[in-house]
Amino acid sequence: MTLSPQLEAKFNKLLESYPPGRQRSAMIPMLLYGQDEIGSVTDDLIEEVAGRIGVTALQVNEVLSYYSMLHRKPMGKYHIQVCTNISCLLHDGDKLYEHACKKLGIGHKEATADGQFSLEEVECMGACSWAPAIQVNYDFHHFVTPEQLDRLLDGLKKNAV
Amino acid sequence: MADPVKLTIDGREIHAAPGTLVIDAAKQNGIEVPAFCYYEGLTLQAACRMCLVEIEKTPKLQTACTVPVAEGMVVRTETPQVATARKYMLEFLLTNHPLDCPVCDKGGECELQDMTFRYGVGESRFTEEKVHTPEKQFSPVVFFDAPRCILCYRCVRVCDEGLGVKALGVINRGVVSEIAPNHGDHLECDECGACIDICPVGALTSGAYRYQTRPWEMTHVGTICTHCADGCKTTLGTRNDRILRGNNRDRSGVNGEFLCIKGRYGFDFYDHPERLQAPLLRVNGKLEEVSWAQALNAVAQKFNQTLADGGTFGVIGSNHTSNEENFYLQKFAREVLRTNHIDHHRTGDVVTLLDALSGKEGKLATVADLYERKAFLVLGADLALEHPLLSYQIRANYRHHQAHIYVVTPGAVREDHYSTVSLRGRDYASLRDKLKAESELVVLFDDSYKGDDVRKLVEFGESLGIPVKYIALVDYSNSRGAVDMGVAPELLPGYKPSGQPGMHYGEMRDANLGALWVVGANPLKNGAQRKAGFLVVQDMFLTETAQQADVVLPAASAYEKNGTVTNATGEVQRLKRGINTMGAKPDLEIMGFIAREMGAAAALGPWTPDAVFEQIRKNVRGYQVPLPVLMTGGAAQTMPVNGRIPVESRPDLVHSDHNGLFASGTLGRYSKVLNSVMESRLRR
Ligand code: SF4
Ligand code: SF4
Ligand code: SF4
Ligand code: FES
Ligand code: FES
Repeated sequence: MTLSPQLEAKFNKLLESYPPGRQRSAMIPMLLYGQDEIGSVTDDLIEEVAGRIGVTALQVNEVLSYYSMLHRKPMGKYHIQVCTNISCLLHDGDKLYEHACKKLGIGHKEATADGQFSLEEVECMGACSWAPAIQVNYDFHHFVTPEQLDRLLDGLKKNAV
Repeated sequence: MADPVKLTIDGREIHAAPGTLVIDAAKQNGIEVPAFCYYEGLTLQAACRMCLVEIEKTPKLQTACTVPVAEGMVVRTETPQVATARKYMLEFLLTNHPLDCPVCDKGGECELQDMTFRYGVGESRFTEEKVHTPEKQFSPVVFFDAPRCILCYRCVRVCDEGLGVKALGVINRGVVSEIAPNHGDHLECDECGACIDICPVGALTSGAYRYQTRPWEMTHVGTICTHCADGCKTTLGTRNDRILRGNNRDRSGVNGEFLCIKGRYGFDFYDHPERLQAPLLRVNGKLEEVSWAQALNAVAQKFNQTLADGGTFGVIGSNHTSNEENFYLQKFAREVLRTNHIDHHRTGDVVTLLDALSGKEGKLATVADLYERKAFLVLGADLALEHPLLSYQIRANYRHHQAHIYVVTPGAVREDHYSTVSLRGRDYASLRDKLKAESELVVLFDDSYKGDDVRKLVEFGESLGIPVKYIALVDYSNSRGAVDMGVAPELLPGYKPSGQPGMHYGEMRDANLGALWVVGANPLKNGAQRKAGFLVVQDMFLTETAQQADVVLPAASAYEKNGTVTNATGEVQRLKRGINTMGAKPDLEIMGFIAREMGAAAALGPWTPDAVFEQIRKNVRGYQVPLPVLMTGGAAQTMPVNGRIPVESRPDLVHSDHNGLFASGTLGRYSKVLNSVMESRLRR
């Protein structure tokens, strides 16, 4: 797989950032940078990363299928992750998620027809103290109510237009 | 060794070597700590939390499988807190478990069942709907039932560490985590089944065994795999004269619990639809089924007549028949048929190696040496494919003791991933300085080293100034025993010169002999035409050779007879009959009957395996192995000669079939499992 010069440079820098023999530690950042550029983690990207850090494609798969921020299919321009794990659940995270489903008309790991939004129900994101929490791309939002979620989504929609 | 550590477990003061894990220290002293993910010899996982114990001065329960013993440590394994923890762990493990023990293959020998029975509560507080995933077939050998899986990672680790294949992984997270094969929806691997046998529950099951029986309905018979020359012990699970599975869970035998696909599943040739179950006699140009009496009579008459006419006999023996059969066959040839025209297909130059080692003791490596010695030189062979057990042993040695491995092979091999040096070609001499710096060495070489190459190799080894042991790799389960027993024109049992060397394998095939007797071999496999006036074949199948025979006698397989075989490392082990197949007889019995029909039985002595083995013990140096070792299923190494072998050795006759993991000479054709896995079409 040929990478863009920027991605190539990032990969090389990452591989140098870890002590010799620990190159596999670069797996997650490589996948994230790759996904940012390509739109999702493709088979080619998996093979490429596996080859560069000396693991099997299956080992890359083990890692990427564990983390909710890595996607095998392209997600929307804005990827909304709603936590429904225990702390968030106790603060109505599940209702928040249902609300998001209704509002966007899509379900878990689905994207809107215009490709603007996608939704995912996720496990704990480490933001329990500010439950219920959601994440939009790389940004966190805390103590989210359905009303706040509406405002946020509407704002993003306007941005998109 | 460092001083032992003193600690207390359940009020008993015990001593353990430093570094010992608490779980092992307990076990060594007869205290059981239940465990799922912990597995001796594999890396630690600490995934199941079943082994939780109380350690004084540590606030929380600790996993006994990861904590090493320490001086003065006080461990308790049976407190109420521990008992509660175990109950909870089991309750969690059973959250989504389908509880389908009554139809599960593992029922009756399932570790989860046993533990639940012993430590569990018997009731679950979960009322939620269980997560269910349908069963998947990863390959013709491996099936996976995710809901039964307890995610102990044993399968993942044994495939990665034990086999060096890395074909299994765990994908996804939480309750939907599951085992995944390396090619998305299917496996491409060694198909060894190690993952299935090591699975503590019924999550991984085998295509061969699933839904066939319950474990307690089987009889278990420990015998030796009949495929390659590594000599793995395989414990056959049999019922009503059917073999239902092979494994070696009790770790008896030279292989511990290792088996490749051939030893674990490749027994299936025994009930191949083309298996011969009645003698065949050529009548009016066509082979017809006849009674044993008729067939034996036809052979005896023709043999006696050929003798009376002063005709020549040729005898071709097998790489699979037992030592007893080989010994009896050569005795028959030499004493009754009065010929030295007897040979077998030679697959490694054992003769030159033993001759070159003349006068030296302790020069032949054992299977155990491959796990224990410090350095290895692998010449020619692709061990992981052609000698799976030997490769496994060296790999385990590397993992556990960081053994140094030097590889000099024509192509890339699995050992390259962990070798100290890998060279392509034959230039092992360039490794001299590195090898000299080792403290000891085992050299393994295949048929690409024969005759003078072997002498040079031994000279090289002996010039290194370190203890060196050797293994001449051969192909089949009793290739080594065939030479030891003198199934060779120039050699008597024990490598004594036969005086007048007779014809060899190829010469017999192409000569106009009066009668040719082929026992468990297929000399006409490459389209050759039979030349002998009379051809008798003993075999399990109508091979190309049997098709041209005058009389075909249906032979029993190794799994249907008693006797002994000798593996590539010269270790003698016992074959034990697992089943009977109607119509087939062990080759020894067939030979005995022919002798009796000919009126020549008295000269040869009784044809029972034990009686013939007694003769072998008297005649072949090194076979005076301790009987109790053999009888209890152990292996005893032999050094069948120590002195020059004053014959013209014929290295030109040596050539290996280089069977890969999914091939086994003519026999391999009749194994359904070997032919059904896709890898058999992908690899040599
Ligand atoms: S059958 Fe053997 S090689 Fe294949 S996945 Fe299981 S352990 Fe690995
Ligand atoms: S399939 Fe069996 S061995 Fe593998 S993780 Fe699951 S329970 Fe353990
Ligand atoms: S390594 Fe050889 S002896 Fe062992 S199971 Fe495989 S074929 Fe049989
Ligand atoms: S439970 Fe939602 S962030 Fe931790
Ligand atoms: S055996 Fe210790 S955690 Fe599994």
